[in-house]
Amino acid sequence: MADLKLSVDTSTDAERAVVDAVIAPADHAVVYETERVVRGGTERRRERRHLLLPGLHALQAEAGWISPGGLNYLCGALQVPPAEGFGVATFYELFRTTDPAHGQSVHHVCMDTSCHIAGAEALARSLEAEGERVHRGPCIGQCERAPAQFIQGRAEPDRVPADAASIADPTSYRLPQHGSSKLRLLHRVGVVDPTSLQSYHDHGGYAMLRYAIEIGSDAVIDEVKSAELLGRGGAAFPTAVKWRAVADERGRPKHVIANADESEPGTFKDRIVMENDPFALIESLTIAGLTVGADNGWIYIRGEYPLATTRLRNAIEQCRIAGLLGDNVMDSGARFDIELRRGAGAYICGEETALMESIEGYRGEPRNKPPFPTTYGLFGEPTAVNNPETLLNVLDLLEVGGDHYRTLGSERSSGHRLFCLSGHVRVPGLYEVPFGIALGDLIDLAGGSTGMTRAVLLGGAAGVFVGPDQLDLELSLEAVRDAGATLGSGVITLFDDTVDFTALVLRIAEFFKNESCGQCVPCRVGVTRQHEVLVEMAANGALSDERNTLIDDMATVMRDASICGLGHTASGAVQSAIRLGLVGDRP
Amino acid sequence: MTTIESDTHAEGESAVESVTVRINNNDVSVARGATILDACTASGIDTPTICYAENLTPVNVCRVCVVEVTGNRTLVPSCSRLAEAGMEIQTDSDRVRHSRKMVLEFLGSSVDLSQAPEINQYSVRYEADVTRYVDDREVIEEPIRIQDELYIRDYDKCVLCYKCVEACGDDAQHTFAIAVAGRGFDNRVSTEFDVVLPDSACVYCGNCVAVCPTNALQFKSEFDLRRSESWREEEQTVTTTVCSYCGVGCNLELHVQDNEIVKVTSPVDHSVTHGNLCIKGRFGYQYVGN
Amino acid sequence: MFGAGGGTVSYAEIEEADVILLWGSNAREAHPIFFHHLMKGLDNGARMYSVDPRRTSSSKFADLWLGIDVGTDIALANAIAREIIHAGLANDDFIIRSTRGYEDFAAAVEPYTLDVAAEITGVPATAIREVAHAYATGGKSQILWTLGITEHHNAVDNVLSLCNLALLTGHVGRWGSGLVPLRGQNNVQGGGDMGALPDKLPGFQRIDDDADRTKFEAAYGMGLNPTPGIHLTLMFEAMERSELTAVYVVGENPADSEADVDRARALLSGLDCLVVQDIFLTRTAQLADVVLPASVAWAESDGTVTSSERRVQRVRGAVTPPGEARHDIDIIIDLADRMGVDLGTNEPEALWDELRSLSPLHAGMSYERLEAGGLQWPCPSLDHPGSPFLHGWLWADDLGGRAPAPFSVVEHEGPKEQLTEEFPLRLTTGRSLDSYNTGVQSNGFTSPIRYGEALDINPVDGESLGLSDGERVRVSSPRGSVEMAVRFQFDIPIGLTFTTYHFPDLVDINKLTNDAWDKRSGTSEFKAAAIRIDKIDFPIPMAGS
Ligand SMILES: Cc1cc2nc3c(=O)[nH]c(=O)nc-3n(C[C@H](O)[C@H](O)[C@H](O)COP(=O)(O)O)c2cc1C
Ligand code: SF4
Ligand code: SF4
Ligand code: SF4
Ligand code: FES
Repeated sequence: MADLKLSVDTSTDAERAVVDAVIAPADHAVVYETERVVRGGTERRRERRHLLLPGLHALQAEAGWISPGGLNYLCGALQVPPAEGFGVATFYELFRTTDPAHGQSVHHVCMDTSCHIAGAEALARSLEAEGERVHRGPCIGQCERAPAQFIQGRAEPDRVPADAASIADPTSYRLPQHGSSKLRLLHRVGVVDPTSLQSYHDHGGYAMLRYAIEIGSDAVIDEVKSAELLGRGGAAFPTAVKWRAVADERGRPKHVIANADESEPGTFKDRIVMENDPFALIESLTIAGLTVGADNGWIYIRGEYPLATTRLRNAIEQCRIAGLLGDNVMDSGARFDIELRRGAGAYICGEETALMESIEGYRGEPRNKPPFPTTYGLFGEPTAVNNPETLLNVLDLLEVGGDHYRTLGSERSSGHRLFCLSGHVRVPGLYEVPFGIALGDLIDLAGGSTGMTRAVLLGGAAGVFVGPDQLDLELSLEAVRDAGATLGSGVITLFDDTVDFTALVLRIAEFFKNESCGQCVPCRVGVTRQHEVLVEMAANGALSDERNTLIDDMATVMRDASICGLGHTASGAVQSAIRLGLVGDRP
Repeated sequence: MTTIESDTHAEGESAVESVTVRINNNDVSVARGATILDACTASGIDTPTICYAENLTPVNVCRVCVVEVTGNRTLVPSCSRLAEAGMEIQTDSDRVRHSRKMVLEFLGSSVDLSQAPEINQYSVRYEADVTRYVDDREVIEEPIRIQDELYIRDYDKCVLCYKCVEACGDDAQHTFAIAVAGRGFDNRVSTEFDVVLPDSACVYCGNCVAVCPTNALQFKSEFDLRRSESWREEEQTVTTTVCSYCGVGCNLELHVQDNEIVKVTSPVDHSVTHGNLCIKGRFGYQYVGN
Repeated sequence: MFGAGGGTVSYAEIEEADVILLWGSNAREAHPIFFHHLMKGLDNGARMYSVDPRRTSSSKFADLWLGIDVGTDIALANAIAREIIHAGLANDDFIIRSTRGYEDFAAAVEPYTLDVAAEITGVPATAIREVAHAYATGGKSQILWTLGITEHHNAVDNVLSLCNLALLTGHVGRWGSGLVPLRGQNNVQGGGDMGALPDKLPGFQRIDDDADRTKFEAAYGMGLNPTPGIHLTLMFEAMERSELTAVYVVGENPADSEADVDRARALLSGLDCLVVQDIFLTRTAQLADVVLPASVAWAESDGTVTSSERRVQRVRGAVTPPGEARHDIDIIIDLADRMGVDLGTNEPEALWDELRSLSPLHAGMSYERLEAGGLQWPCPSLDHPGSPFLHGWLWADDLGGRAPAPFSVVEHEGPKEQLTEEFPLRLTTGRSLDSYNTGVQSNGFTSPIRYGEALDINPVDGESLGLSDGERVRVSSPRGSVEMAVRFQFDIPIGLTFTTYHFPDLVDINKLTNDAWDKRSGTSEFKAAAIRIDKIDFPIPMAGS
């Protein structure tokens, strides 16, 4: 590492205090043991680097920005080069590196898909008219209650106004399917008290961890394998393959990570589960950890989820006290604990390797693969990353057995799936159905469209538009793939014929332009040039042949040569909108 | 009589295993651990690279070196992907040519490549057409940063290849004075809060300048000569010698124009320097000839 | 002699070391590109322990920095040795097979308990113990040193005390383990290799060894004086006694670089004849009767130099020298000619080949072979690949037919100049990254990071003297006094002060340093003078302000 040059220390007492709460002075990367003996070195620095992101959060919350003095103090404590610290701070939407020159909280108003058509701009303006500070930003995972806002607190904790009811009465949350006996994944939501381990026990909690310990690692993986569980985070990768690979790694520390970054526009499923059944995520992540032989569990949750964060923190604490986390989990002799990490506003950090970089205290830039996380993951060590919904399914498949679980769902997609319905639908919200349901039936389950459906966005911004002629499309991985679409993270957003699709598609293009990490050329420049062509199209009202070729040429290089899934999918929605005639006015 | 015995042993010199890959339908054998790029080079295929350098860990961000490997959904960066036995590789398929052309168009449409002759040659080879983008497009516009007598930084020319960051960081210098800041198209190589270079951690080793492929980073000496239109690279001689300052024994390449040293570099394949120097070796020549 | 001659390992080896003991060396600034290799080692997992009175920029990379009192290195080394022995961590097999003198050595270090060493060095016993255990138990351990070890009156003892540690643990003669003296100047190693030492012929052959000398006499076709000459410090003493009255200085600047420069300048001025051959009109040249302007060896002429890892490399002329400047070789040949001796060719390769025919270490190094990145000596034949590390024979079954390597008994003495009430502060000197020795070369460019000369002092000392940061003060030693600014630095321990010696025109710091010198190496004690700091009551306005 480095012989840092720190600038003149201008940190405030308050800034130092919040950094010291993240890392005590006695534990800094460099400590004076006596006037003549100083301990430091590469290993101590490496071990502490992951505290950079929590440190930046602390400074941002305290001062409203990452000031040079504050960054300097934090970098000194962790021995992170200030230039790198600055590079990390400037990567995230929730951090600012210029003085806001005001002491107010900031209202982050979502400008994406569902909120876009639900009057997000009007909300932003009315807040501004009331004298509030507004930041227009990307989706914040509350699409079912669009237009949405999240308040980044100054001298008050972060909060979401819409959470008030749940905070007042933790069991008050109601799913549209509340009370349905068909719920396998969501059956505790709105029923169990999410703040109480006892309540979770009372509703069958921790039976599956006990069972998993009983049957042992190999048997658990066998169950997951016979269940043919596929990941729910977007890539639909077989979970058993991933777990087996990590379990087979020996002799190095290992990790399991719950990827709760949930930033795909239109997605809010993990939030509802974490807010209303947090212990289920803890239990299932613990099963994952014990199964693959990892001591370390991490939950990486997006920074805009204050209620879910509070509930998970509380749950982790209770589980530690009850011996369900710690040195001897449920008397199994195994060690496992969970560390919660908050993202800071970066869609790309949901990409699993970007997520690891982010935890490690670097910019959330995805890694090239191979090597894959199962061999070279967090801190270079074997790691299994799963979506919370995937983990929830493990509880289900262990309960009913892999073979039985396999009979649920469709031909090639087993089990139940969570779908996030929003936009022009009568009862927006989270729905749990078996794989294979027809798109139209699912929409009917949500009360049908509120108008004349013109298009449905499947899979979020990274997905594709399908037309109303596709309502009989079977919602399974295989059928959707054959149709050239994707289920992604289970997003279904309806748009009726009142929608200005040009503005909508422009916004989607803008989302990618804002969210590309900018590391690789195809994506960094591609999403920018794509947006420019669409801006031009919006002005002209139509897309020329030449421009259409350019869009396709750019889409091809982004799909073929980008490092990660963001670049690969950044043109899907745009191209499908052109194809369906939603924009571009082409024959 | 004094004698000093010799030892020639070096550890880990076991017989090197080799792997065979198929490139454009010809078999090529390379040592295990070699990249696809190495294999291409070994079979005489000239692969364009921008962010790759022999003395740096590949960051594989420019994507101009991509090739098609059977069984991979996307193209793969040849500079970082290891050659595996039995790989079927295409280096000149339509897909490969398309991606390379687009990368070059993207860069050409964003930054000033006027002092990046190598990249321009690739652009000709792959028929990159930067004129087909929206006129009113975003390009990198930054003031030239002249903050001392040794360097200039002209980020209008920066292709964000990360080389300077790597050279300043843990690939060589471990000073970490510069890093990439921002996100997406707003990414810039920057000091903390963009403080001027002399206030940063910079120690003026010039190792960043040495690796920059576009002249976004330049020695002030070169910049001044270029500005007065007296930089004549074709007339320059390059002589390898040894630094006169400390006892490390760094090799220097003295670039001489009109019997004056105008720039100092170091050979990237030299076992001592790997292309890097310190401020004394890099700039300490200025007394020569005075 | 074991431990002399050259670094026993190559730079590449430190990249694979497990434990690095950096002793009295600020390689981060003094040997920056070597430090690249070292940092790679750290990235690969090596632990580093730094022993230095100052927490230097190199120390900042260390897992543990031990800020010992100036001049207490031997006490520390002996205590480390004792701890290694008592903890049962000595490499007994190696000691028995490859060394001699262990019993005496073990007895000699016995009084150096951790507590005694803590008392002498000012560093807690626990830290000393930690270093001892780390060094001994490391798979591959190296000790590196520079002027912090050698610029003391007992420099040779200091080096021997470190060699003892390597012999005790067997950390020498194997890939990755060894002893590394880092050379301060680009061809100190080469100069020594070429016989520019009072008692040596090229290739470390001895002038007083008849077999060695006869070989040279045959080649040169004339007799050679078998009596070893004297080194620089003795020369100054000889000048003092008027035994030495004519001096020919080639590429050195003793009028600035000697400790106690007032004395040096007086002696040089008093010579009957002073000839200076240099590329600059240095302070020494200004005192000369005759100045021979030389060309810049590394950029204006052809030849070879040798680095700290014994790598012989080619230098090549890139520009033609200005004005009357001539190549060193030509000057010497002409001079010999005037004295009636024909030295023969001035052709660098032919001269080199002559050297190869006389020095077995270099015999295999043809110009052609040196083209590709150089070769490390010994390289006795054209098919020999050169030697990454030395002393592998220590591990050979019969020691390659040699005598075992000797331990040396060395005792702690401390700096010659003790602190007194009158001179209560310790002054030590060193280099900074962007400057070099007395600055004649490096001051040719405008470094953005050069901040001029100042006396670094701990703020605690500064405040107790009633000083403020940046204040100009009078700094005095028993030999003289200068005026300079103080700079408050947290990284310098209380009681210690530090300055570089790069800007003699600004501050004549070598007026203060101590010329107590080491009998064997001839190095002066630049590292340990006693000084006092006085406020200047009526500050003299600085030029330009
Ligand atoms: C740009 C991008 C964003 C992503 N965001 C998420 C996310 O928020 N949550 C998630 O579980 N997976 C996300 N993924 C997918 C992850 O990389 C990874 O495949 C997934 O977490 C694996 O979990 P699973 O196997 O349980 O699906 C994202 C991928 C990309 C390319
Ligand atoms: S594809 Fe986009 S988001 Fe992914 S690494 Fe490349 S620039 Fe970053
Ligand atoms: S300044 Fe040069 S080396 Fe650095 S990222 Fe830009 S183009 Fe690459
Ligand atoms: S470049 Fe720097 S490290 Fe290398 S020999 Fe010259 S002074 Fe020494
Ligand atoms: S050279 Fe391979 S990605 Fe840039």
